[in-house]
Amino acid sequence: MKYDIILAGVGGQGILSIAKVIGDAALDAGLYLKQAEVHGMSQRGGDVQSHLRLSDKEIFSDLVPINGADIILSVEPMESLRYLPYLSGKGRLITNSTPFKNISNYPQDEDVVKEIKNVKGSLLMDADSIAKDLGNPRGMNMVMAGAASYFMEIPFNKFEEGIKATFASKGEEIIEKNLKCLRAGRKFAEENC
Amino acid sequence: MTEKKVMLLGDEAIAQGAIDAGLSGVYAYPGTPSTEITEYIQESKAAKERKIHSDWSANEKTAVESALGMSYAGKRAMACMKHVGLNVAADAFVNSGVTGVNGGLIVVSADDPSMHSSQNEQDSRFYGKFSFIPIMEPSNQQEAYNMMKDGFELSEKYELPVLMRITTRLAHSRSGVVVNESVKQNELALPKDGRQFVLLPAIARKRYANLLKKQALLEHESEISKYNKYIDASDKTLGIIACGIGYNYLMENYVNEECPYPVLKISQYPVPTKSVKKLMEECDEILILEEGMPLVEEMIRGLLDESGKIKGRMSGELPRDGELTPSAVAVALGKKVDAPKEIPSIVAGRPPALCVGCSHIDTYNAINEAIKAVYGDGHVFSDIGCYTLGALPPFEAINSCVDMGASITMAKGAADAGLFPACAVIGDSTFCHSGMTGLLDAVIEKTNIIVFIVDNSTTGMTGGQKSHAETRLVKIVKGLGVEEDHIRIVNPVKPKHDEFVNIIKEELEYNGVSVIIPQRECMQTLRRKTKSANKNREA
Repeated sequence: MKYDIILAGVGGQGILSIAKVIGDAALDAGLYLKQAEVHGMSQRGGDVQSHLRLSDKEIFSDLVPINGADIILSVEPMESLRYLPYLSGKGRLITNSTPFKNISNYPQDEDVVKEIKNVKGSLLMDADSIAKDLGNPRGMNMVMAGAASYFMEIPFNKFEEGIKATFASKGEEIIEKNLKCLRAGRKFAEENC
Repeated sequence: MTEKKVMLLGDEAIAQGAIDAGLSGVYAYPGTPSTEITEYIQESKAAKERKIHSDWSANEKTAVESALGMSYAGKRAMACMKHVGLNVAADAFVNSGVTGVNGGLIVVSADDPSMHSSQNEQDSRFYGKFSFIPIMEPSNQQEAYNMMKDGFELSEKYELPVLMRITTRLAHSRSGVVVNESVKQNELALPKDGRQFVLLPAIARKRYANLLKKQALLEHESEISKYNKYIDASDKTLGIIACGIGYNYLMENYVNEECPYPVLKISQYPVPTKSVKKLMEECDEILILEEGMPLVEEMIRGLLDESGKIKGRMSGELPRDGELTPSAVAVALGKKVDAPKEIPSIVAGRPPALCVGCSHIDTYNAINEAIKAVYGDGHVFSDIGCYTLGALPPFEAINSCVDMGASITMAKGAADAGLFPACAVIGDSTFCHSGMTGLLDAVIEKTNIIVFIVDNSTTGMTGGQKSHAETRLVKIVKGLGVEEDHIRIVNPVKPKHDEFVNIIKEELEYNGVSVIIPQRECMQTLRRKTKSANKNREA
């Protein structure tokens, strides 16, 4: 079993929390893990990505090879397209549909949607609305983590444990709110794929 | 199983490895991708209990010198920096090879090939070679952890500093690391030879000869090092030398099969010549995989490239610049890599930007109105920090970013050449790092420049580390001799924009050194403070 995942978004959108939750789930399931992050300059509102690699065998490279990603998981629609060269032939693109527009030349929304739908098996979901409806707008990233969990052969309760570990210092209420987002994301993927 | 595995960034593995290896002090200036080493030690409970020194230094030179002083006193010390920081520390670093050490000393330099967050992609291994100092270059996080203990032992065995060279991908990638019991710190003990650190020419000549003599022993250490491996295989049409994380990218390409070619993995230098020779003799061609510059490739190739069988970055099998990737290595190995999907043309670049509410925005708006709008483009020298983003739209306010502190001195040189106005924009932490001496030059000559010390009370770009400026910026500037009437503090906020512009205009009238200090806290540190204050209130 191996999952190479490219996490994508804009600095500050919380992709490292997604990496932490999925990473904890993988470790709990006894898998090897490597996760390359971006620090420094790009964190100031620029595009950011993280390479997350899970496997039942030893992992060597910290980076996912070109054509190697099983999943591109993006919290921003245009950013999901930036990493297409990494997506394997059988890989799946999963992205939030709410754009983050901090640049003046952001493309037309419908063009972005069209390009995403051009990718076979892509899943476009309004994670912002799902999180907002659950009273936790900041839980958008956990909605996305929940959706991704559907495509991995790791028991779902491991992801729930991952949330508990990731948000342990924030208290029960925050944990519960994020668990709801995770479950809602999972449900969306189950119903739409 | 008694093995304890923890998830650590490469930087954190180095920090934990150092703590467990009996470290007594870390000295560092923040710089991507090295910052998290020192931060980890600052946060570590074990480090606090053991009273390990971990406060930031003013710059990389003071860091290496302090670490050398701790080593002089018999204890194990570490200095950490990014690659360009080693340029700042070079005087101390190179001479520490000649003095040698007493307690173990490891200098960690984190290189940034592909320049994710840097001005160049220099390879720190050249410094090690140049200084005759042994180098360790881990290929993964576990090796990074283990090498700290082995590095300190090597350092003490040969009474030499050790250079630990890592790159971005190792520094900022997390992996499971098995940690060991920690060893005790060294006792305070002066060097046996009271003249060891006195580099008067007569002593320095002897010590340098001694350093040269140690090279054969160090090379032998490299031959027998557990970090260097000769892995034989039957297909001798190719032999591969894989340095540091180059080894990972090689192995990545043979996950489901054995590598058919002999491999020499190098993670400890000087280069193990005997092993290289063996590979050269046995194989038809040699492919060299190294992250960063082609140091080993250049050495083996030699000026005349007589063997004619070396492949690597210089012959085009691998890209000449930028970091290695598993895919680039696959191509070099002659593996078929299918054409990847293309990035749709609609995808726009998303460069980093100043945070909403950042004080630098107000500063650049004022500078643009008072200087660019009146005198045109080309008058503002800047420096290394968040404010370098002032080069990008919508500001396009600055004309240089070269090295720490260069804003003030370049403005001075340009003013000496006759440029008016000549201005510098430098952050409070960068000013304390290496802006002060340049300002003194300008004060002494009464050069006609305006220096903006943009004071957000932190080292912002690297994540908000403590700045040496604290509340003493005005005192420092005054102490350097800037006239009191021309030290102007401003509050960079929108309602005070006109006042700010007027102050710049007033100082443009003055023929001498003016220092304008826009002072407002960094939005990131402010947000964190507010958050933790709210949390405390709730509690």
